[in-house]
Amino acid sequence: MYVAVKGGEVAIDNAHQALAEARRGNTAVPDLTVAQIREQMGLAVARVMAEGSLYDPDLAALAIKQAWGDLPEAIFLVRAYRTTLPRLAVSEPVDTARMLVRRRVSATFKDLPGGQVLGPTFDYTHRLIDFALAAEGGPPPPRAPEADRPLDPAMPRIADILGAEGLIEEETPGQGETGGGANAVPDLTRQPLTYPAGRAVRLQALARGDEGFLLSLAYSTQRGHGNSHPFVGEIRMGEVAVEIVPEDLGFPVIIGDVTVTECQMVNQFAGSKTVPAQFTRGYGLTLGYNERKAMAMSLVDRALRHGELGQEAPAQDEEFVLSHADVVEASGFVQHLKLPHYVDFQAELDLVRRLRRATAEDEGNAVRASEAPT
Amino acid sequence: MITGSDNHADPQATGPSSGDMVSRRQRWMAALARAPVSRLEDALTGLVDVPIPQMLRSPEIGTIMVQARAGGTGGRFHLGEMAVSRCAVLVRAADGSALVGHGYVAGRDKRHAELAAVFDAMLQDPARHDALERDVIGPLLEAEADRRRRVLAQAAATRVDFFTMVRGD
Repeated sequence: MYVAVKGGEVAIDNAHQALAEARRGNTAVPDLTVAQIREQMGLAVARVMAEGSLYDPDLAALAIKQAWGDLPEAIFLVRAYRTTLPRLAVSEPVDTARMLVRRRVSATFKDLPGGQVLGPTFDYTHRLIDFALAAEGGPPPPRAPEADRPLDPAMPRIADILGAEGLIEEETPGQGETGGGANAVPDLTRQPLTYPAGRAVRLQALARGDEGFLLSLAYSTQRGHGNSHPFVGEIRMGEVAVEIVPEDLGFPVIIGDVTVTECQMVNQFAGSKTVPAQFTRGYGLTLGYNERKAMAMSLVDRALRHGELGQEAPAQDEEFVLSHADVVEASGFVQHLKLPHYVDFQAELDLVRRLRRATAEDEGNAVRASEAPT
Repeated sequence: MITGSDNHADPQATGPSSGDMVSRRQRWMAALARAPVSRLEDALTGLVDVPIPQMLRSPEIGTIMVQARAGGTGGRFHLGEMAVSRCAVLVRAADGSALVGHGYVAGRDKRHAELAAVFDAMLQDPARHDALERDVIGPLLEAEADRRRRVLAQAAATRVDFFTMVRGD
């Protein structure tokens, strides 16, 4: 139990000033600008947007600066800010088939329509430290080469191609999709998480879930805790248009574009009495360029379908996974342990002392009893 | 769903039905939302007679919840929110009638929402429409199409052919 404490205001103020000075570091080194973080720490910004669950690169960059580079802290700041804003609308579902593709790869089909497009990636780099980057103030890197023929903007999703043959389970608009409008889709920022959560809530929770936690769970499924043999059907990253239907207009308008990363993981499924053998799917989608997260999400999404497909492992336990996937909740509960627990601990200390006294007395009695003449 | 490069149809080529009016307005609203705010400022400064807009809804910042579909085609779910700014203005047309303009733009730049609303109102004024379409919307759409072409050309330069090696024994 946590009992509130009072006092320490001056010390707290001074501690925050100490933080501000430490965060700024050596003042002989120029102050980092928010624009520099936004432009040059793009993957940190992407992670803060995805887990902060708010797409706003400038805000995420500012949060990273304020958080002294601590991404979970930055995510917390973004989440807190989000709660101060009114929600003006719910968008139409984004269409990833019409993405402005920067990257698109498949590990299952080498000759997929549209081709394998690497885009900006760490894949196939040697992971050697590049000391040339330490030399600052040089000219910017040359512009990346451009092909004479741009990609065809219409790039079909692999799952849709395989789906046409019936080899992969279809994803069709679910129950509650018709009639209820946007409100028919559950929203865990509005309703508490209850179990079973259902796929919509699960995907929302995973999309904002902690990358590290989901990565470890995904890894556990690969090491045998979940018995799956996944393949990357397709990963694609790029911009999708966001469209809303403002109440005062009554027709859809595009308000801008967001970068998203999508991963379609396919798993062999031997079939059951009612379903023929086919490939099943796990889905990952994140705000921003978060490829590792999107892959982990798709593996965990697939693992959590054990109820539908009949398997059992930690990554398949929906309540276990979803209750612990949020970095703000996890970080808050773990870190609250460092706040004063004096009263609480005093009670436990008393209890331990009494137990020890009681044990000592019992032993004393036992010794006396054994020494006593029989 | 309408996305970037797909809605560049020439508005002049279509008749004046209300459906066409909606699609024309969707097209310019998307262009205004995607435009760098500095270009809208410059375009406004460049006008001979800058209108004095009356605020119907002062610029405000909020969020929209972005939806997606499981697997791309399945049930809807909430992916996360994005910051958005909106504004509504009233501008008098050349003939004195009232035109209501709306601005809905990604991000927290209230001025962007305000400028988008002012241009949306002005573009509904037949006396101003053609010039604005030619001098503002056209170049904005062109710049956006050019940006998209460059993204796709750079991506195309990273397209690979993987060979499956046959192991010899």
